[in-house]
Amino acid sequence: MRLVNWQIGKRDRMLLGGAPILLILIGYLVIASQRHAANPSDKILPLPSGMASAMGALLSTPDPLTGQLVFWADTLASLQRLGLGLGIATLLALVLGLVLGALPMVRATISPLVTGIAVIPPIALLPILFIALGLGETSKVALIVIGIAPVMIRDIAAHVGALPREQIIKAQTLGANSWQIITRVALPQAMPRLLQAMRLALGPAWVFLISAEAVASDIGLGYRIFLVRRYLSMDVIIPYVAWIALLAILLDVTLAAVSRRAYPWAHGSEH
Amino acid sequence: MTGALLSLQNVWVEYGDKVVLEKMNLDVAEGAFLSIVGPSGAGKSSFLRVIVGQEQPTRGKILLDGQPLAPECGPDRGVVFQRYSVFPHLSALQNTVFGIECAEAPLMARLFGSAKRKATEEGAAMLAAVGLADSMHLYPAQMSGGMQQRLAIAQALIKRPRILLLDEPFGALDPGIRADMHGLITQLWRDYGLTIIMVTHDIKEAFTLGTRVLALDKRRHDPHAPHRYGATAVYDLPLRSRPLSESAPAAAAES
Repeated sequence: MRLVNWQIGKRDRMLLGGAPILLILIGYLVIASQRHAANPSDKILPLPSGMASAMGALLSTPDPLTGQLVFWADTLASLQRLGLGLGIATLLALVLGLVLGALPMVRATISPLVTGIAVIPPIALLPILFIALGLGETSKVALIVIGIAPVMIRDIAAHVGALPREQIIKAQTLGANSWQIITRVALPQAMPRLLQAMRLALGPAWVFLISAEAVASDIGLGYRIFLVRRYLSMDVIIPYVAWIALLAILLDVTLAAVSRRAYPWAHGSEH
Repeated sequence: MTGALLSLQNVWVEYGDKVVLEKMNLDVAEGAFLSIVGPSGAGKSSFLRVIVGQEQPTRGKILLDGQPLAPECGPDRGVVFQRYSVFPHLSALQNTVFGIECAEAPLMARLFGSAKRKATEEGAAMLAAVGLADSMHLYPAQMSGGMQQRLAIAQALIKRPRILLLDEPFGALDPGIRADMHGLITQLWRDYGLTIIMVTHDIKEAFTLGTRVLALDKRRHDPHAPHRYGATAVYDLPLRSRPLSESAPAAAAES
């Protein structure tokens, strides 16, 4: 049998998918315990027990300066920035994407501007944002928005612009005006695409969040990682990175589920 | 000419220096079923686009009920395309009442309470008329090609258009379904007193359904500049003034 025709069953897929992850974990543990056997105070590859005790302090002992539980305060601050940035970018993408895609007049006016902003590397704008908006929350949220909104806007605009011409003509012969075409024909069909664009934008959004927090912040997941780097605290960095990965996966799975739930017509014929 | 529902007077369609249609003169009487045939590239689709209002003629006048046609699409001309003429995000019933909602709720395009009940009844009746009474809550992706075209017809008819334009509406359907659709469109045409213009590739279909068949083609051809002459009506055959009996189109299509 040809390899391309070799289908994998559901149970085997779980086993196969889990194998590389398990291998890496075991490899890490073997090397870490070897290093610890040679040098019990090794900081580069901490053992799970070391990570647990370091994280235990961050999870349950209040910070003497602020009185907050550091880990949860970091998570909350980062998620708030990420949520605000993603939310504002999504709203911009929906509104601008719809009018850009549906109205030739708006497309002619705004399209070059959006394209221009999209080609600027957002991190290059970070100094400008810090100077203009200060070092507070605004500049961090603004960096996320500027980083992901142009791509999302262009994606939604392209999707709306690519709706079959026949549909738009048909809507007009049914008496729909421009507003009705945008709200009843274009908007609902843009929604699943918008959720898809959010999922794709999550990756870059995390990059911009961690970058902004690394450069200037006093709280947040990215801030903490870059802070403890000075003390070679891999026992904090590794759990934090794992936590960020877990959060990212959870957000992605949630968005995918929302799309399947709310827009079944966009996900194949078997609803 | 007076008395014609739709009247084309010396209509030209040109794209740059490419002439697609030239000197089209045509009067379509109320209640006619006009079939349009012709080879590919003879301007059948351009002809339909001009009547729908999607494009403007370069020269000439088009009158509907004696009034010049507005330069964009409107609810007086319904249309069914070969594909993509139903909304994939709406169920069959929602697709059908869309036309009513647009007219009665300019801002929201949604109806509530008794207005919604009335629109739903009207939509359900229209779906029953095209044979989709059992499929009111299906989405287009769950329907076969023939059902989607039935839905597209119901969606257009709910606006009671002065003219129904069909752009190869049955071209993508298999022969058995196509025969059913011929029976359906003939019956709707008779029941609702429609005026229909249908573009088709299928000459037999054109003669089976139409009361009049119009063939578009180029009268002249310059081998060195083939785009310089456009197509026009080369044959205009009046067939009958009444539709065939109900079973005839299906029988003719099967033969």
